[in-house]
Amino acid sequence: MSVLTPMTVPKPLVPEAPAEQLSPPERKQPAAPEVKVSVRNLNFFYGHVPALHNISLSIPERLVMAFIGPSGCGKSTFLRTLNRMNDTIPGARAKGEVLIDGHDIYAPGTDVVELRRKVGMVFQKSNPFPKSIFDNVAYGLRINRMAASKADLSERVEKALSDAALWPEVKDRLKTSALGLSGGQQQRLCIARALAVRPEVILMDEPASALDPIATQKIEELIVKLKKDYTIIIVTHNMQQAARVSDQTAFFWLGKLVEVNSTEKIFTAPHEKLTEDYITGRFG
Amino acid sequence: MELHRLLDRELDALRDRLLLLGGETETALRRAIYALAERDSATARAVLDEDDAIDTLEVEIDRLCVDIIALRQPAARDLRFVISVAKITPILERIADHACNIARAAIDLNDEPQLKTYVDLPGMADHAAAMLRAALDAFTSNNPEAARGVIARDDEIDEIYNRIFHDLIDLMTGDPTTTTRAARLLFVAKHIERIADYATDICELTVYMTEAKFIKHSN
Repeated sequence: MSVLTPMTVPKPLVPEAPAEQLSPPERKQPAAPEVKVSVRNLNFFYGHVPALHNISLSIPERLVMAFIGPSGCGKSTFLRTLNRMNDTIPGARAKGEVLIDGHDIYAPGTDVVELRRKVGMVFQKSNPFPKSIFDNVAYGLRINRMAASKADLSERVEKALSDAALWPEVKDRLKTSALGLSGGQQQRLCIARALAVRPEVILMDEPASALDPIATQKIEELIVKLKKDYTIIIVTHNMQQAARVSDQTAFFWLGKLVEVNSTEKIFTAPHEKLTEDYITGRFG
Repeated sequence: MELHRLLDRELDALRDRLLLLGGETETALRRAIYALAERDSATARAVLDEDDAIDTLEVEIDRLCVDIIALRQPAARDLRFVISVAKITPILERIADHACNIARAAIDLNDEPQLKTYVDLPGMADHAAAMLRAALDAFTSNNPEAARGVIARDDEIDEIYNRIFHDLIDLMTGDPTTTTRAARLLFVAKHIERIADYATDICELTVYMTEAKFIKHSN
């Protein structure tokens, strides 16, 4: 007599799909990203000296665009035209269009304060205010009256510091001076300060050039993380940094935009000989 | 600019080592075929003995490539050159391994009576060796057109291989006493056919290096 119980065919754990669902799914074409910043025929002058020549460029949203080129090629000037930071320079003037979300930021009546909230900036040298860590991040929120209450303010400060990957390092000393932070921490504090006012575009002008490799790596990781929510435009002299963090790269030379393409293309097979000569170190 | 001159010197050194490896590989192939055609086992054994030098050269080039990538961080055409060298090097080493296999077959066959029927393996090998040389010339002269010309010649090798394959099968079925020897020659033919394939791989890398186009598997 068999001691074995009769075998039953086990039922599939997942119910079988109806036949019509078994056909191969259609490959979805990724939607083209929306253009966040569109520059058309932009010329820029310091007095009578032309610094940018007829730049036209589209920057899609939520990616990292790197500007590279030798010193004096106009990449920082161009970066600063994107939130009108050059307005403060006597005699400086821009001609052409810079559209952000379709609106020309050089059109009369543009609210420059609102523009700079929307298009934040991080500089080469970290520039924390001589205030506490908390007050540095809260500064923009207070002057823009963006916090509904004290609790809301604290919440927003914490979020900005967390987004800037700084919260775990400073959460126990928010009331201490920002000037006591290390260089890398100060730079991330400046990024937190920029993030606090909920910008849409973040301009970074050599954000890691004064930092050691560990602090640089943290900034780079942060940039890659932030692009999920922000459009990031970074000027860098460090071409490996451009290669590491950016999705697209634009090469400038003598105030002209020579080439813009995917970063992978620029660093493996640039279209223009000038770009190739620059990134392979044959000049510059 | 100083840094770049340094990189140029290193790239030149890399090119020289690859050329040396290519030359040694081609010599190994030609000597192996000579050993087979002329029933010269001493030359066949020399091919086997000299393979260690080729392996050493392969490791040396590998290290050079890694050093250049790690320390100089080449980009664009410099990067494509280093990557291509890093990929061509094991191809050449494998060609040398095929030459060794041909040499081993020669040693075995030389102990047995020669086949009466002539099989044009030397002609096929000449063709493959010429393709290899042309492939290396195209690479070192940055000539994608020449590389494409070599790729087109691979079909001829395939035709010769098919002909030899059928000749040897006919030989085996017609005279079963030849089976062992003919089978060895069949393997030799396959080695030569693979060498021609490797020559086309080198040419595909030449097109990648010069034009940044991936033509492998593009038919």
